[in-house]
Amino acid sequence: MNAPGGPTHGVSGGVRGTGGGPGSGGVAAGGGASPALDADMRKRISAYPGTLTYIDLIRKNKRASAVLIVVMILMAVAIGGVIAAALVTYLGARPSDLIPSAILGCVVALVVAGIGSVWSWFGGSAAILAVSGAREITKDLDQELFNVVEELAIAGGIPMPRIYLIGDSAMNAFATGRDPQHAAVAITVGLRSKLSRDELQGVLAHELSHIRHYDTRFAVLMATMAGLIVFACDAFWRVLWYGRPGRSIGSSREKGAAPVLIALFIIAIVLAIIAPLIARLIQMAYSRRREYLADAGSVELTRNPLGLASALQKLAVDDEPLVDTANRGTAHMYIVNPLRKMRDAGQSLNSMFVSHPPIKERIARLMALAR
Amino acid sequence: MPPPAGGTLAELSSTALIAVVVVAVIVVLTLLLLVGMYNALVRRRVEADNAFSQIDVQLKRRYDLIPNLVETVKGYAAHERNTLEAVISARNKASQVPIAAVAQRAQAEGELTQALGRLLAVAEAYPDLKANANFSSLQEELASTENKIGFARQHYNDCVGLYEQSRQSFPTNIVAGMFNFKPRDYFKLEEPAAREAPKVKFT
Repeated sequence: MNAPGGPTHGVSGGVRGTGGGPGSGGVAAGGGASPALDADMRKRISAYPGTLTYIDLIRKNKRASAVLIVVMILMAVAIGGVIAAALVTYLGARPSDLIPSAILGCVVALVVAGIGSVWSWFGGSAAILAVSGAREITKDLDQELFNVVEELAIAGGIPMPRIYLIGDSAMNAFATGRDPQHAAVAITVGLRSKLSRDELQGVLAHELSHIRHYDTRFAVLMATMAGLIVFACDAFWRVLWYGRPGRSIGSSREKGAAPVLIALFIIAIVLAIIAPLIARLIQMAYSRRREYLADAGSVELTRNPLGLASALQKLAVDDEPLVDTANRGTAHMYIVNPLRKMRDAGQSLNSMFVSHPPIKERIARLMALAR
Repeated sequence: MPPPAGGTLAELSSTALIAVVVVAVIVVLTLLLLVGMYNALVRRRVEADNAFSQIDVQLKRRYDLIPNLVETVKGYAAHERNTLEAVISARNKASQVPIAAVAQRAQAEGELTQALGRLLAVAEAYPDLKANANFSSLQEELASTENKIGFARQHYNDCVGLYEQSRQSFPTNIVAGMFNFKPRDYFKLEEPAAREAPKVKFT
């Protein structure tokens, strides 16, 4: 989404959460208060330009994640080609078969990517909700939660998603669904009970932004591509291990093609070692981008960075180890990483392999918007 | 000796053929581009229309809530007649202004918001009323509806921003001019009174 024209800011700037207004039911007390900042946080915040807006953040993250998707698809296609070519050579094809088999490998990779997209279309939303033990609730069970979601759906111009509650005392939330017409948001009882109205609004706006950005669909696509790369490399190792080299490796030596074949093999082996790692890195970098994007999208909807910042602050100090039903496969969907040991990965090398950016950095970006 | 006429003609016609094909391709591409820009403009206009009707939906929802609220408050604070009547009359007045008259409607809605604010402030003085589950539910519903009105307006203004951006930027502005895409106004609260917090008098 692009910048609304200048005049809108003055108008919509007035739209906030109920924030203790005359009719907020008394629940929102202190909801808009800024989280306390230590020196480290102040340094992080001041690293962002003073003119930063959510529009800049949205644009930057959209561009970065588009690049990551393209890189991932190109890598899958390239690996499909190289490994197919290396395998047929190993199994005894003639050098003249190299190019066709490389092309075949690329085509297979593209077809699998296509199947992945189709699967993400029909896929998994119901299964994800079932696995996480979420149950759908109606308005009479939680009027305020329903109203908050409905307000945000209006702000984002999307249909009202279904709302699920997860009976878990850990604090977390996620969104799923292939498009805004088939979307659902889920929140744990733990998070629901500990947030003020403004914080709840910030968190749910983050989830609705995932829906508006079609993140479930793209995440499945990225997971499929990463899985394809791992599978191709694994297949390569198995053939090397169990297979028997064909005659062409011997016979082609006489035709002077050996250096090409050996080079191809070395490339294939190196790729088979590093590609699964790189695929995982790209997938996680993508996931982190989408989190930042959803944070910026949350501000786009609420025009109030403090609600989400304050909610993240509460999530950062949450002691619960993890959402019981979360695993590495579903971790990327949640608002903060449900796997505790991954959450505080901070600036270490480890941080490149986790699905979420450090919470501190997310809070700093939000606070930079609130300056 | 000049080349046979047939050869020249054949050469000429093949050059002409290429030229015709090139021109045809350019024309088709240009048309496709124009169609794309036209459709994008229409899409943004429809989005803005939808967003505008959503504001109206939320304003009507507030009208629907008010009789219930007034009845509930009456049960506990019947003698606050002036405040109650002010809300009813502000509601009736606002609902009669057509949504197309944006400025007048916005002013009437602002007055309704103030009257409601006074009513809720008055309600603070009645602990029994505040403890009433029906009242607190109505209060939440009303607060949320006020938010929804605000968010609907924000969304409409965002849509207008996108529409105006397309309408005014090159080269879409050419298509917009050709097919007379009219400028749209933001939904603003012109009256400063409407933005002020409701004043409460304790007398």
